[in-house]
Amino acid sequence: MSDTTAHDEPELVQLLTPDGEVHTHPDYPLEIGGEQARSLYRDLVLVRRVDTEAVALQRQGELGLWASLLGQEAAQIGSGRALRDGDMAFPSYREHGVAWCRGVAPRELLGMFRGVTNGGWDPAEHGLQLYTIVIGSQALHATGYAMGVQRDGALGEEGGDAVIAYFGDGATSQGDTNEAFNFAAVNNAPVVFFCQNNQWAISEPLDRQSRVPIYKRASGFGFPGVRVDGNDVFATLAVTRAALENAREGNGPTLIEAFTYRMGAHTTNDDPTRYRASAELEEWKRKDPILRLRAYLEKQGLADEEFFAGVDEEADRIGEQVRTECRALPDPAPLEIFDEVYAEPNVHIDRQRADFADYLASFEDAGAEGGR
Amino acid sequence: MSANLTIGKAINAGLRRAMEADPKVLVMGEDVGRLGGVFRVTDQLHKDFGADRVIDTPLAESGIVGTAIGLALRGYRPVCEIQFDGFFFPAANQTFTQLAKLRRRSAGKVSVPIVLRIPYGGGIGAVEHHSESPEAYFAHTAGLRVVTVANAVDAYWMIQQAIRSEDPVVFLEPKRRYYEKAEVDTDAALESAEPMGRARIARPGTDATLLAYGPMVKTALQAAEADEERSIEVIDLRSIAPVDYDTVTESVRRTGRLVITHEAPLSHGVGGEIAARVTEECFYHLESPVIRVAAFDTPYPQSRLEEHYLPDLDRVLDGVDRAFAY
Repeated sequence: MSDTTAHDEPELVQLLTPDGEVHTHPDYPLEIGGEQARSLYRDLVLVRRVDTEAVALQRQGELGLWASLLGQEAAQIGSGRALRDGDMAFPSYREHGVAWCRGVAPRELLGMFRGVTNGGWDPAEHGLQLYTIVIGSQALHATGYAMGVQRDGALGEEGGDAVIAYFGDGATSQGDTNEAFNFAAVNNAPVVFFCQNNQWAISEPLDRQSRVPIYKRASGFGFPGVRVDGNDVFATLAVTRAALENAREGNGPTLIEAFTYRMGAHTTNDDPTRYRASAELEEWKRKDPILRLRAYLEKQGLADEEFFAGVDEEADRIGEQVRTECRALPDPAPLEIFDEVYAEPNVHIDRQRADFADYLASFEDAGAEGGR
Repeated sequence: MSANLTIGKAINAGLRRAMEADPKVLVMGEDVGRLGGVFRVTDQLHKDFGADRVIDTPLAESGIVGTAIGLALRGYRPVCEIQFDGFFFPAANQTFTQLAKLRRRSAGKVSVPIVLRIPYGGGIGAVEHHSESPEAYFAHTAGLRVVTVANAVDAYWMIQQAIRSEDPVVFLEPKRRYYEKAEVDTDAALESAEPMGRARIARPGTDATLLAYGPMVKTALQAAEADEERSIEVIDLRSIAPVDYDTVTESVRRTGRLVITHEAPLSHGVGGEIAARVTEECFYHLESPVIRVAAFDTPYPQSRLEEHYLPDLDRVLDGVDRAFAY
């Protein structure tokens, strides 16, 4: 049996090396000035701080769970910053950096992982749909939404809307993801599939998900696929922007494989020491998305110590804000269980709500009597 | 205008009227375009509304429901055809984990007004997966409404009501009754139609209540006619979830007996749930236990056995007899 697994790994689109050197690429020229580079650095650092605080809050019992984005900041900030206001993003559940770019406050994400909401932000207001936990399901939603954009005639000009679907390497094994690729291709839908290949689907390495590099899946469906260095925020921004433009102009879908690494555990419940070697993590630490951008800014003389210290101070303030806001999130009222199951009145639920309210009230009455 | 329509044609006319009334209404599914669907329920819609509104999809049920969700999030009102009951299951994930839950997940900020049209039930001599009655799965899922029709009048109006609903609706079509005809007043206002959540007394009676829905309503009416000794009231449930318990319990309190029949298997089914509720609410009015006449707890059999598997007129009357044995 021939082994077609990736012995000759394809080139990544990379604009910024791990040492902070600029890399030229014929298709994706570097068009990022000093101010934008500093702003990207700020986003990377602040999002990592939010994530670090959230992990700590879970350890303190303030969150039930957290899915850390550690190591994937550049993939998320780069792609998230490529989006325009009218665009719509369909996240999985680890896209805290994308949420940051879409103006969703960290407390909204914390509310979901604390268990006080199921994700309560307004998708239309932010251009970010709610987190989707069943792997790959949102790829079809994004494709359908893009089919709606086509029907609205909102393509082919400057104002065109594009759609992006986020998922991980594990999701490429799901039927829904593959059906989404096919529906998008057949309909030439304006959707970008952004796969963060972080090498691990909980404990399963990439070779348990795919025999071919993920970006190559696209060619079988009939649209372009590209692998980008997911730890290079310049490259993820440029490649995503180009794919979104292509979609806006009516040229159909693109699959982007952002080659990155999950530096933390799958979630706070996971123990990666059971299935992967620490040497691997050490190797990826050298490719850290924040360190390389800092090196670039320093080498190019685009930022000084004062700038870096200022970002760190801002991160400290946001960290404190996250801690305070998380602890202040109120528990929902018991009868909220029955809210918004249906848009229209439902006799079963209305009755159960009334019965449960009476039941709860019976304790209050008993308590009042007992207090006499 | 009054028209003599089959159930299939009535759904077609209802779809057409909904599409004319609201440009956001889409029809999508396998073979719904040029062919007009394998049962021709979407006949001529592709020609008149175009391929952007009557979408021939790839052959993938999860993809149909999943992309319909995306279209709904963009402001459309997709009506998905699942070609046969037994082909729904590949779409189960999208239906149960996404479609049913999105409103609740978003605390009401998101609506997914999607209709899943599913031809269901047996009696057509089909191969495996073409004769099933999966209504209990849907009814057990919070966030879905589940309705079914037994005549062309309801078919015409309820498909329009389902499309207008802000909630996702599973619209079950009794495929062996597609060709049953009735006079339909197609000019009346949608608002004047009986709400789809309400049960209907299809035949008044005084001695026992016989509750049916979808394809079994005709069988129940025939059984009631055939019973010369007793006056049987027949209820056409129409809405499986939620159940219009006001109509059901009012009837049972008058007659004192309830027989429920459906094509779906007996255990853990819609009949069992209604029996439990009626027993709670009508305990002192009941002259006998609630009787269920249903299919067996087996996979749907080969078509040469289906006449034994499906409850028929005699089995329904046998159930009525059991109710009078107490």
